[in-house]
Amino acid sequence: MGCSVLRLVRSLLVFLLMLLTPALVMARPWVQPETFTLANGLQVVVLPDHRAPVVTHMVWYRVGAADEPAGKSGIAHFLEHLMFKGTGKIPPGQFSKIIASIGGNDNAFTSYDFTAYFQRVALDKLPQVMEMEADRMANLRLEDAVVLPERDVILEERSSRTDNDPAALFQEQMSAAQFLSHPYGRPVIGWRHEMETLTTQDALDHYRRHYGPDNALLIIAGDITAEKLRPLAEKYYGPLKGRGIPARMRSQEPPQLAARRLEMIDARVPQPSWQRVYLAPSYGRRGDGDPHALEVLSQILGGGGASRLYQALVVEQGVASTAAAGFQGGAMDDGEFALQAVPRDGKTVAALELAIDSELEKILKGGVTADEVTRAKRQLIAAAVYAQDSQQTMAQIFGETLAAGRSISELVEWPDKIEAVTAERVNKAALAVFHPERSVTGVLLPGKKS
Amino acid sequence: MRNIVAVIFYAVSLLIGRPALAVEIQRVISPGGIEAWLVEQHTIPLIAMDFAFRGGAKLDPENKLGLANLASGLIDEGAGDLDSRAFQQRLEELAIRLGFQADLDAFRGGLQTLTENRDEAFKLLRMALTAPRFDAEPVSRVKAQILAGIQQSAENPDDVAAKAWFKAAFPQHPYGRPVEGEPQSVNQISALDLRAFTGKQFSRERLVVGVTGDIDAKTLANLLDATFGALPVRPRLQESEAVTPIAGAVKVIERDIPQTVMMFGMPGLLRNDPDFMPAFVMNYVLGGGGFNSRLMIEIREKRGLAYSVYSYLMPLDQAGLFIGGVATQNERATETVSLVRLELARLRDEGMTQAELDNAKTYLIGSFPLRFDSNAKISEQLLGWQLENLGIDYFNIRNDLIQAITLDDVNRVAKRLLAPDTMLLVSVGKPQQQTPPK
Repeated sequence: MGCSVLRLVRSLLVFLLMLLTPALVMARPWVQPETFTLANGLQVVVLPDHRAPVVTHMVWYRVGAADEPAGKSGIAHFLEHLMFKGTGKIPPGQFSKIIASIGGNDNAFTSYDFTAYFQRVALDKLPQVMEMEADRMANLRLEDAVVLPERDVILEERSSRTDNDPAALFQEQMSAAQFLSHPYGRPVIGWRHEMETLTTQDALDHYRRHYGPDNALLIIAGDITAEKLRPLAEKYYGPLKGRGIPARMRSQEPPQLAARRLEMIDARVPQPSWQRVYLAPSYGRRGDGDPHALEVLSQILGGGGASRLYQALVVEQGVASTAAAGFQGGAMDDGEFALQAVPRDGKTVAALELAIDSELEKILKGGVTADEVTRAKRQLIAAAVYAQDSQQTMAQIFGETLAAGRSISELVEWPDKIEAVTAERVNKAALAVFHPERSVTGVLLPGKKS
Repeated sequence: MRNIVAVIFYAVSLLIGRPALAVEIQRVISPGGIEAWLVEQHTIPLIAMDFAFRGGAKLDPENKLGLANLASGLIDEGAGDLDSRAFQQRLEELAIRLGFQADLDAFRGGLQTLTENRDEAFKLLRMALTAPRFDAEPVSRVKAQILAGIQQSAENPDDVAAKAWFKAAFPQHPYGRPVEGEPQSVNQISALDLRAFTGKQFSRERLVVGVTGDIDAKTLANLLDATFGALPVRPRLQESEAVTPIAGAVKVIERDIPQTVMMFGMPGLLRNDPDFMPAFVMNYVLGGGGFNSRLMIEIREKRGLAYSVYSYLMPLDQAGLFIGGVATQNERATETVSLVRLELARLRDEGMTQAELDNAKTYLIGSFPLRFDSNAKISEQLLGWQLENLGIDYFNIRNDLIQAITLDDVNRVAKRLLAPDTMLLVSVGKPQQQTPPK
């Protein structure tokens, strides 16, 4: 209902966490994940945090916008809204009202690889929200009378997020250019012309095909343990029948052989901006790539005020007002390594691009220093430490990772894996990723359309 | 050391069977007389501190608008013997998170650190506050970033609406001026101005501090003196005066976008107004309650007119505001505004039902513990309550205050506040013609 469409391009620092390295002199992580699986296939993860008597209850479905049938873009997100429209037990529009009436907050969100629903409530209300979430996993009821006004809502949502904002429109074009075949090339919220034709039946088809305990993941963070949760999970989710979920089949990208370049001009654009995206390995699809080294590389290159791009372009040369880099490795399929910059007033995009290419050249020719690697690793690992302050953030990290087909141990080992990265590996990863023919460069300019 | 410790244990007695939320707020007063509210939390090796100097952008000189905001961007760009790069690198090496932000009423700062780097983190903060360098390079760089931001905002429909709304509501008062300033005024600010700013605004009398995490009262007391002790006791400031926003105008700003973004508002209440809490509950029913508010049900759920519609109370130090917003396709903007006015009028004239009031109270009371499940959230609350001049027992009494509110209270406040006919409305987009009702 009140979804937020998470984009593929997302904040990198909000990443992972568990075992802390000796470098941080911390005895142990304070969030220790526990897990079990019900007979019907529902995987359960508990993230105990006893500081406050509240819990975050999340159900993640292993289906997202990248699993939609052709011509139905936006259906995953549309169904997310419609999941609040009632079951035999809960009348339309009542779900969130009931949650509020027990002092809880709830919402949902959709991305390429997952769709997720959550409630935050006091511990003693947990059984009630589990009962409600389990109910709509199996018993959703939809009719045109509630579906059609909600379709207008998602169209307004698209207007707010995308059509009113040329930068967001350009982002869509960038993704579409990046992915020739893979559905990551379609916007999560959907193309407007396809959203306008989505029907009640489309939503029900998507629901019946993908929603069931064997395609879901239950994550509970907060004031509870696996021992206490298990009987509740058995009671509320245990009776649900698996649907026999089909494997996630997505068309994969052909090798990219030519650099792609986009330019968009829009009168609403206040100032030029530049970006470049390289296809990169991800944690889920790494091939012989090295996502941990890319994480460190992005930190060194453009992870903050002391990073190479910022220091060279913004501080020393004054050619950019901002410059940053980011690695998106959380995807199930291909990842992205992105560079973004805005030219400083009076400087051209061409000069900016030249300066960035020269920084990339320095990395490729001269490599990074051991000192840079040490600093970057410390930053990344500390981010994982800070993330543990929030039960909601922790539930989010585990959900995104597991719903994209990865494991708990991968998360738990992440800080150690980062700690093990060397300058040599970073240099090798840079050489593997920074190939012009595997990039899309985009320039967004102010002005009148010709 | 004088260390007054106020221990407050709290249980939501109104909701039988609900697990008790125990948060112990200590009032720490340093040997030098600096006060902070502290919640100790030793299970995780992190410390979060939120602090603020009262004052903020409303005190910017007329020809130097954006001064507080620019200062907030430069305080961590070099201090003492560390230039910008060295200072940033030091923060990164120790994974210390330090940030500053100016709003209309305060200059705020936030510090988060791992316990092991605690002393160094507080030392870097002290340097930033007492010995900022304002070197030429970062000054011109951060100015350029702010100017770019102003340019961006000029094309962002939400920002355009908000800026125009405040300008129209406060034609003679600093609240009508943008916190980030105007290009011309930002360009005029010099390093000298910035130094004068920190000298005037940073004072112990104006300082408010909230701390949560892995630190005890004694350690904090000493760090408070070490960090803030060198600041002057009193500020050298000229205060502006309390003011009532102007209402009753309709303004359309044409933009070539498919969806019209609208901001509406009217006078609200100061935080110390006895009607504030009833108004807070009233607003939950009208437009503060997310999916359960009247505005959301009528405009989004029943008619699909908007993705988001909301209202909220904004108690500034010198003016109370009641503000709302909605965005809808250009063709239906007029219809949507009419519905907003209708809902405001309906609540003003007919009041709400006992059931609506009960639901609002249940939610507002029951969801209170959700604000205390992380260190970062708790220290933010501790700062916020102090900035609003609430007592250290507020945590203890807040839910009782809400529980005591009656139907008469909320309906009286609805009559007092809701002004659908005279509200100030700014629309950005290409809406159909809008005229104020007669």
